[in-house]
Amino acid sequence: MKKFETFTGVAAPMPLVNIDTDMIIPKIFLKTIKRSGLGVHAFDEMRFDRQGNEIPDFVLNKPAYRKSEIIVAGDNFGCGSSREHAPWALADFGIKVVLSTSFADIFFNNCFKNGMLPIVLPQEQIDLLMQDAEKGENARMTVDLEAQEITTSDGDVIKFNVDSFKKHCLLNGLDDIGLTLEKSGAIKSFEENAAQSRPWV
Amino acid sequence: MTAPKTLYDKIWDAHVAHEAEDGTCLLYIDRHLVHEVTSPQAFEGLRMAGRKVHAPDKTIAVPDHNVPTTLDRANPETMTQDSRIQVDALDKNAREFGVHYYPVSDIRQGIVHIVGPENGWTLPGMTVVCGDSHTATHGAFGSLAHGIGTSEVEHVLATQTLIQKKSKNMKVEVTGKLAPGVTPKDVVLAIIGETGTGGGTGYVIEYCGQVFRDMSMEGRMTVCNMAIEGGARAGLVAPDETTFNYVKGRTHAPKGAQWEAALNWWKTLYTDDDAYFDKVVTLKGEDIQPVVTWGTSPEDVLPITAVVPHPDDFEGGKIEAAKRAIEYMGLTPGQKLTDIEIDTVFIGSCTNGRIEDLRAVADVVKGKKIKDGMRAMIVPGSGLVRAQAEEEGLAAIFAEAGFEWRLAGCSMCLAMNPDQLSEGERCAATSNRNFEGRQGYKGRTHLVSPAMAAAAALTGRLTDVRELA
Repeated sequence: MKKFETFTGVAAPMPLVNIDTDMIIPKIFLKTIKRSGLGVHAFDEMRFDRQGNEIPDFVLNKPAYRKSEIIVAGDNFGCGSSREHAPWALADFGIKVVLSTSFADIFFNNCFKNGMLPIVLPQEQIDLLMQDAEKGENARMTVDLEAQEITTSDGDVIKFNVDSFKKHCLLNGLDDIGLTLEKSGAIKSFEENAAQSRPWV
Repeated sequence: MTAPKTLYDKIWDAHVAHEAEDGTCLLYIDRHLVHEVTSPQAFEGLRMAGRKVHAPDKTIAVPDHNVPTTLDRANPETMTQDSRIQVDALDKNAREFGVHYYPVSDIRQGIVHIVGPENGWTLPGMTVVCGDSHTATHGAFGSLAHGIGTSEVEHVLATQTLIQKKSKNMKVEVTGKLAPGVTPKDVVLAIIGETGTGGGTGYVIEYCGQVFRDMSMEGRMTVCNMAIEGGARAGLVAPDETTFNYVKGRTHAPKGAQWEAALNWWKTLYTDDDAYFDKVVTLKGEDIQPVVTWGTSPEDVLPITAVVPHPDDFEGGKIEAAKRAIEYMGLTPGQKLTDIEIDTVFIGSCTNGRIEDLRAVADVVKGKKIKDGMRAMIVPGSGLVRAQAEEEGLAAIFAEAGFEWRLAGCSMCLAMNPDQLSEGERCAATSNRNFEGRQGYKGRTHLVSPAMAAAAALTGRLTDVRELA
């Protein structure tokens, strides 16, 4: 996994609440056996009409937001299916950070596995960032994971919380499986005990 | 004395293989269910790293999302090429890595969350995961079950563990008794209507109260299935005699002395008196009515006797979302829900594709005909459910009434196979999600119980099943 580094980028405002994973990546694009190449289909039904033409009103089609790296979203972003195709599509589009008051649990976890940082903030701060994002291309935000800070285009600094283990993995680009296999002794002894206490499993 | 524990605390504690100082745990996984859509990249990851499946005997694979449900599905032409590639990939991966496997041709094939319980793979007190959000279904057995992403599928395949932090405890209590015509689907939709789709975020829900004690295993599975629609990581019902009777004798359930040992442990799986819940929601069973969804989120729930709401009835971001949903659904605020005309009825899915659901449909449609021009399909959750429905004479009732009687699969719940809504088509569905485009591009979904779906098939509009009796 690529290391998560401090960056400054354009933030797209998507104030709609309950943006679900069917919106982020409709099911017709789940029939892939690869992880890559889904960015062109991110938000497909909101972004393109049935002939494949761009819908000009959709935020990521507007000239200012075509290269967005941050999304400022309404409540409960990523609800619905467990499809990791949703974060794959966003990451492939170029999104590195999503900001919202809340995220669906599975989507939230899936982001970290793909080098993306979902950040939960209180409503007032999301409102402020949403206003900032609405300024367009000139309103670039900086996200510094090490310091746990977002800096708005006006220079306001917003602190955020992140799980320490997840932060460590993102900053160092660590592979979860490799880390877990280092604890294979613990797994083995758990299995030996379980074979005694719950042999029917 | 140890502190009182919730059911969730007990199952969690029994599965922690390692705990780091910051509370990050390796949770041991007892059952890993696998389907064709969210697993190919995970198996490919194993292959690239030269890794094996850590516990193939605890891993069960079945194709369900892409498979056609028409009777001619043995013909490969019934599947699109990309669907076929995914199903073939599962077939290859299951055989190569040596996991338990039910191919499309096996009578036990079906929706992964129906196959697991039906064959006795899902047992009380287990941890169960699958690359599918509706894994919550298995919580009906008092097993900790939740959906995971593909990276986590690979992690479980490689290590039989998940990296987890514990969720908070939430209790959803439904007291008393349900009124006639009110089903488990109405109960869970009413709960989500109350808590919202984000109300369970960060929690594991335990469903408590007389209504769940009186509920069958099928009903409990319907309720737990939609725990995810309320945002919870998992839903649980404490195991009891109903659970043990359901499990006993199933193919992979323990037998003999092992059954007795298992039963002894399962009987300890309940929430202790005075155990702490971080959040409690209580509903009265008597207050719940047959419900439908009017919008594009499972929280958009109203009793069938109500009218389409006005966006101004809501607050905050929900005003805009309601406006968008009403427009998408082609409805008018103030319109009676029972005046909404339906083109298609879909009965099936991991929410409502079990035998009891089909019996409920048969009770409503027996000796009657579906409305002229109605497209109505019944898709059993597994080949075994299909066989049982045929044996009980339900299939004959469905055929007589004019329903299509299909083979098992996820079908029009998410429309990855050929079963889809066309643009503007309106469906009464027993599935779990009414999201935009869920059942087909610009398709319109109203979530209902099997009995209400059956009623809509007869009248051609959303219908209060109590009025048909």
